[in-house]
Amino acid sequence: MQTPPITPGGDPNLTGERIPDSLAEVRSPRQIRRARRRRALSTFWAQYRKSKMGMAGLIILAFFAAVAIFAVLASKDGLDPTLVEGPRLASPSTTYPLGTDSFGVSVLTQVIQGSKISLLVGLVASVMSIAIGALVGIVAGYRGGTYDTLLMRFTDFGLVVPWLALAIILASIIGPSLITIILVIGLTSWPGTARLVRSQVLSVRERPYVERARALGGGNWHMIAHHVLPNVMPVILANAVLVVAIAILSETALSFLGLGDPFSFSWGGIIESAFNGHATTLGAWWWIGPPGICIVLVVLAFTMIGFALDEIINPKLRER
Amino acid sequence: MSVLSLKDVHITYHTAAGGVPAVRGVDIEVAKGEVLGLAGESGCGKSTIAGAILRLLPSKTKVEGSITLDGEDILSMKLGRLRAVRWTGASIVFQGAMHALNPVQRVGDQIGEAITVHNQAGEREAKVRVGSLLEQVGLPTRRAADYPHELSGGQKQRVMIAMALACNPSLIIADEPTTALDVMVQAQVLRLMKDLQRDLGLSMVFITHDLSVLVETSDRLAIMYAGKIVEEGPATAVFEDPKHPYTAALAAAFPQIGDLRFRGNPTGLGGDPPDPQEIPSGCPFHPRCPAAFADCQRTVPELYTAGAGRRAACLLVEGAHTGAAEVAE
Repeated sequence: MQTPPITPGGDPNLTGERIPDSLAEVRSPRQIRRARRRRALSTFWAQYRKSKMGMAGLIILAFFAAVAIFAVLASKDGLDPTLVEGPRLASPSTTYPLGTDSFGVSVLTQVIQGSKISLLVGLVASVMSIAIGALVGIVAGYRGGTYDTLLMRFTDFGLVVPWLALAIILASIIGPSLITIILVIGLTSWPGTARLVRSQVLSVRERPYVERARALGGGNWHMIAHHVLPNVMPVILANAVLVVAIAILSETALSFLGLGDPFSFSWGGIIESAFNGHATTLGAWWWIGPPGICIVLVVLAFTMIGFALDEIINPKLRER
Repeated sequence: MSVLSLKDVHITYHTAAGGVPAVRGVDIEVAKGEVLGLAGESGCGKSTIAGAILRLLPSKTKVEGSITLDGEDILSMKLGRLRAVRWTGASIVFQGAMHALNPVQRVGDQIGEAITVHNQAGEREAKVRVGSLLEQVGLPTRRAADYPHELSGGQKQRVMIAMALACNPSLIIADEPTTALDVMVQAQVLRLMKDLQRDLGLSMVFITHDLSVLVETSDRLAIMYAGKIVEEGPATAVFEDPKHPYTAALAAAFPQIGDLRFRGNPTGLGGDPPDPQEIPSGCPFHPRCPAAFADCQRTVPELYTAGAGRRAACLLVEGAHTGAAEVAE
């Protein structure tokens, strides 16, 4: 049964169009809006839940997020070689579930503390990378002409320059630290995002509602903020998840090369010290293995979430 | 005083294959409270004129002549002033409302956008105004919180009309506002526009290819062919007694349901409108004209006076051409 809709403007039946009314009770606009938002989220969640890959990724990520939060709260004393009394290079036991390194520090403690830095660097660096990429992509796509040519040639340059070489040079100029690693990753990984965003902006720019906004008297800033950006946002977000994965891998590579902060533990840093401590020749697999596996799992988790999101946002990939 | 005045307007599009003259010398006057119907086939330059009034055409397009809105010259306006005049001086009801609305914004916000862009009101006042605009076009106020996909085609077109009214413009340009709607909804939207026009005393330019729509809504008609106006005059007179063979063909192309003369006998006009880059010599309509005669290939007809307040660009108009007796048929 359809209840008659509340219409301050007269009976809608006079207009001849049926106004569907699923909201039976009288509610304030805010309540209606909240209900809608909740419904939109729940349909999104229902779609996401269908993806086994996406769910697996989410569970892995949730686990590591919990570990990182634990690491923030836990004491860091266990990392100080002068304070620990463990045996050197001990294989996994009940006291040291992942064994110890050549200073007698528990590898498990290191891996737990490392999760914090790896996730932090990954997230901050990718926010930076996406901000630059989105800005370049939007300006190039929206303004077109000379702006487009210049920005895109610059992007191409960024794409073809071997990023590792560039990163090493940048890191050695600024000096090894956590901020250096974040800057280096942020400044070298944006070109892919820029290309992607630009292509989407090119299509959005030609839509009639953008012309309408122009006829309305809107300026460039208004059009970008109100019409272009909201419409390229899904693409940016789906891409962002993949960028995080790349950023975490990059962090590992840079730390392994000794360009990371010597005083903070990241997974890449643990692998570096394991490598320098001859973990491979001494057969200390428990030292070099766990951080590597953690990296693989986190990167895999982000990639799987990225694919699952892409499937929802891009209807062409959606299963019917 | 006329709200809109176009004098000898020529519009040439810039393409890789050279200039394409889409509009070739058009004069239009719209008086206050008047509705001018602009009709013609696809590609005759109707929408180009609509775009030129607010300077929305691609930047390389050449617009010559003069366009004045409320006594202000549009073509020489600085960009800042132009942006201020857009929507407050003249607004557009776009064709295809489904595409002219941003799918990721609530319709209320999009109507309010027009008000806030011009700083006519703050957020809160704009909301109140949006509510009353929606009621004016026959939609309940709470529809403001809907996204475009939650509305039907007719409702979306109503939203576009509300948006066009938002800044109380002196002129509303309706560019094929009913083309994508089915006949029933089309009739409702047309009635709404007609009522609003009468109640608010709006001046309008109504663009469509459907002559029967224009007769209902317009005071005066201007028929365009190949970038020129070929006939103009009071709406009913032009529709019922066309002086130009093209107008006659357009008027006959819409069968009257129930009229026995149209049963099993669809009438139409053969051929296609000419390529703007290769306009035929003489009268541009002569290759398709059922009443063409030898002189039509040589003489370019001007708009000749054809009765009270009427003009037509045809050599058949009485007194226009001495050889009118030689009509082929």
